[in-house]
Amino acid sequence: MSRWMERTLIVFCWICGLALLAAITAIIGYLLYKGMGTVNLTLIFGDTSPVDALLLRKHVFAGLFPAMVGTVAVVTLSVGFAIPVGIASGIYMAEYARGGVKTVLGFFFDILAGVPSIVIGLFGFALAIFLHKHFSSIYPSLFISSLSLAVLVLPYIIRSTQFALENLPAATKLIAVALGATKLQNIVYVLIPKSLSGIFSGVILATGRCAEDTAVILLTGAVAFAGVPKSLFAQYEALPFYIYYISSQYANQQELLSGYGASIILLLICALLFFIASMIRKGVTYQALYRA
Amino acid sequence: MAKWLEKLAERILTVSALISAFITVLIFAFLLIFGLPLLQGGQWFGLLADPWSPREGLYGIRPMLMGTVYISLLGMAFALPLSFGCSALISVFAPRRFGGFLRKVVQLMTGIPTVVYGFVGIFLLVPMVREIFQGGSGMCVLTASLMLAVLISPTLILFFVDGFDRVPRSYLDAVAALGGNEAQQFIFVILPNAWRSVLSGIVLAFGRALGDTLIALMIAGNAVQTPSSILESARTLTAHIALVIASDYDSPEFKSIFACGLTLYLFSAAVVVLIRSIGAIFGRKER
Repeated sequence: MSRWMERTLIVFCWICGLALLAAITAIIGYLLYKGMGTVNLTLIFGDTSPVDALLLRKHVFAGLFPAMVGTVAVVTLSVGFAIPVGIASGIYMAEYARGGVKTVLGFFFDILAGVPSIVIGLFGFALAIFLHKHFSSIYPSLFISSLSLAVLVLPYIIRSTQFALENLPAATKLIAVALGATKLQNIVYVLIPKSLSGIFSGVILATGRCAEDTAVILLTGAVAFAGVPKSLFAQYEALPFYIYYISSQYANQQELLSGYGASIILLLICALLFFIASMIRKGVTYQALYRA
Repeated sequence: MAKWLEKLAERILTVSALISAFITVLIFAFLLIFGLPLLQGGQWFGLLADPWSPREGLYGIRPMLMGTVYISLLGMAFALPLSFGCSALISVFAPRRFGGFLRKVVQLMTGIPTVVYGFVGIFLLVPMVREIFQGGSGMCVLTASLMLAVLISPTLILFFVDGFDRVPRSYLDAVAALGGNEAQQFIFVILPNAWRSVLSGIVLAFGRALGDTLIALMIAGNAVQTPSSILESARTLTAHIALVIASDYDSPEFKSIFACGLTLYLFSAAVVVLIRSIGAIFGRKER
C-alpha cells in the first residue's frame, strides 16, 4: 500500500462528502431561493380570509388550504388504522411469537416493508374496484387512500414496536415476572411504558412516510381540485399530489410558484416530524430505511 | 389480572399479527387475480419479452422492464462510489465534529419527500442536462438516475457507516499499535470485517431504486421505448402503472399494469430473500 494510494483514497472520500453536501445544499437552496417569497398566508388561503377558511365557512379556491386539510385528514386516518394493528402485532412478535412462527411472520413483514409504494397503490386501486362491485358507492377516495397508506406504514410500526420491546435490558423484562406478575401484567405495566419512546418515534416516522408518499395516493383518490374533503368516500386534494400535478400541468408562473411554496411547506412538515422523532429517540431512523 | 383476560389479550395480539401477515399475501393475490387474463396460457414470459405496441395488440412490458433496469443500475453506479466515500469519511477520516454533522445531514436526507426531489429535478437538473448535452428535452435516463442516486445514497451511507462502526475498537487499536495509519486500518481491517453490512445496504438500496416511482415518472420522460443511450427518454414499470391507471378498466393496457405490479412485487420479495440469506449464511442476526 503506497503512500500515494492512501492519499488518493482520503482525497476521494473528501470529494464524495463535499459532493453530497453540495448536491443537497443545491436542492434545498434552489427550492428556498425560488419559493421562499411565496410562502405566506395568501399562498395557503388565497383571497379568502383565514378565519372563514378555517371555520369552513367559505371555500378556498386559489390556495393550498384544501390540499393541506386533505393531507392532514389522510395522514390522521391512515395512522389511526395502522397504529392498533401495528402495535398489537409488534407486541405479539416481541413477547409471544417464538421459533418458526416468528421467523415466518418476520419474513412476511419484511416482504411487506419492501413492496414499492406504487404497488401498494395499485393494490388499493384494485381493492376499490373490487369493493365497487359489491357496494356501488365506493370509489377511489379518502377512505381507500388511508387504508392503503396504513398498509404502507404497517411494517414500520410493527418493527419499531418489536425492536423497542426487544431492546429493553433483560433485567427490566424479568423483574416484574420475578415478583409474581403475569405475562400480560408485565407487558401492560412494565414493558410498554418502558419502551414508549421507541414505539412513539416509530409512529412519528410512519406519519412522515404517510405525509410524503405520492405514489399511493396518486392511484387511490387524490385529485387536483376537490376542495376540502366532504366525506370519507369523497375524492380529496393532498400536498404531495399537488406538487406532482403542478410540475407537469402548471398554466402560468403563479401556479408554478405555488408549487415551490407547496414543496417548501411539505419539506418543513417532514423535517419537523423527523426532528421530533429523533429527539424522542436517537438512532431509530435506521429502521425507517426498510422501505422502497 | 384474570386468566380469561390473559387469554383474550393473547388472542387479540395473535389475530393482529396474522392479519398483518395476511395483507402481504392479499396484495399478491389481488395483483394475480386482476392480471390473470393476461397471464393465462403461459403468456407470462411472452409478456415480459414483447414490445409495447397496442395497435398490433402487443402489450408486452419489456421496454418498461429495460427502463427500470437501466435507470436503477445507472443510479446505483453513481450512488455507490459516492456513498462509499461519504461513509468512509463519516466513520474514519473526518474530524469527529464534521463526521457527526455529515451523519446528521444524511439522516435528515432520508426524510426529504421524493416528490420534492422530482420537483427540483424538473426545474434545476433537467435544464442543466439539456444545456450540457445540447440536445433533447433533458428528460432522460441520465437525469433520472442522477436524482435517483441522491435519493438512495442516504440508505447506502447509513448501512455502510453502521457496518464500519460495528468493527470492534480493539481491532483498530491493534492496527494502530503495529504502526498502521487510518487509511490502512480502513482498507485492511474495517472493509474485510464490514462487507456483510455493505452487501445488505447495496441490495436494499437497489430494491429502493427499482421501486421508486416519482423521480422516474417526473424526470425520465416516460417514452415507451428501450433506451439506446443514456440521453434518451425511458419509462419505468412504476411510472407505467401511474400513467396507465386512467384508461378503460377492461382494456388489455389496463391489465398490463398488473403484470408490472406483479413483476415489481416479485423483485422486491427477491430483495428481501437475498438480504435474509446474506444474514443467514454469515451467521449474525439480521436487524
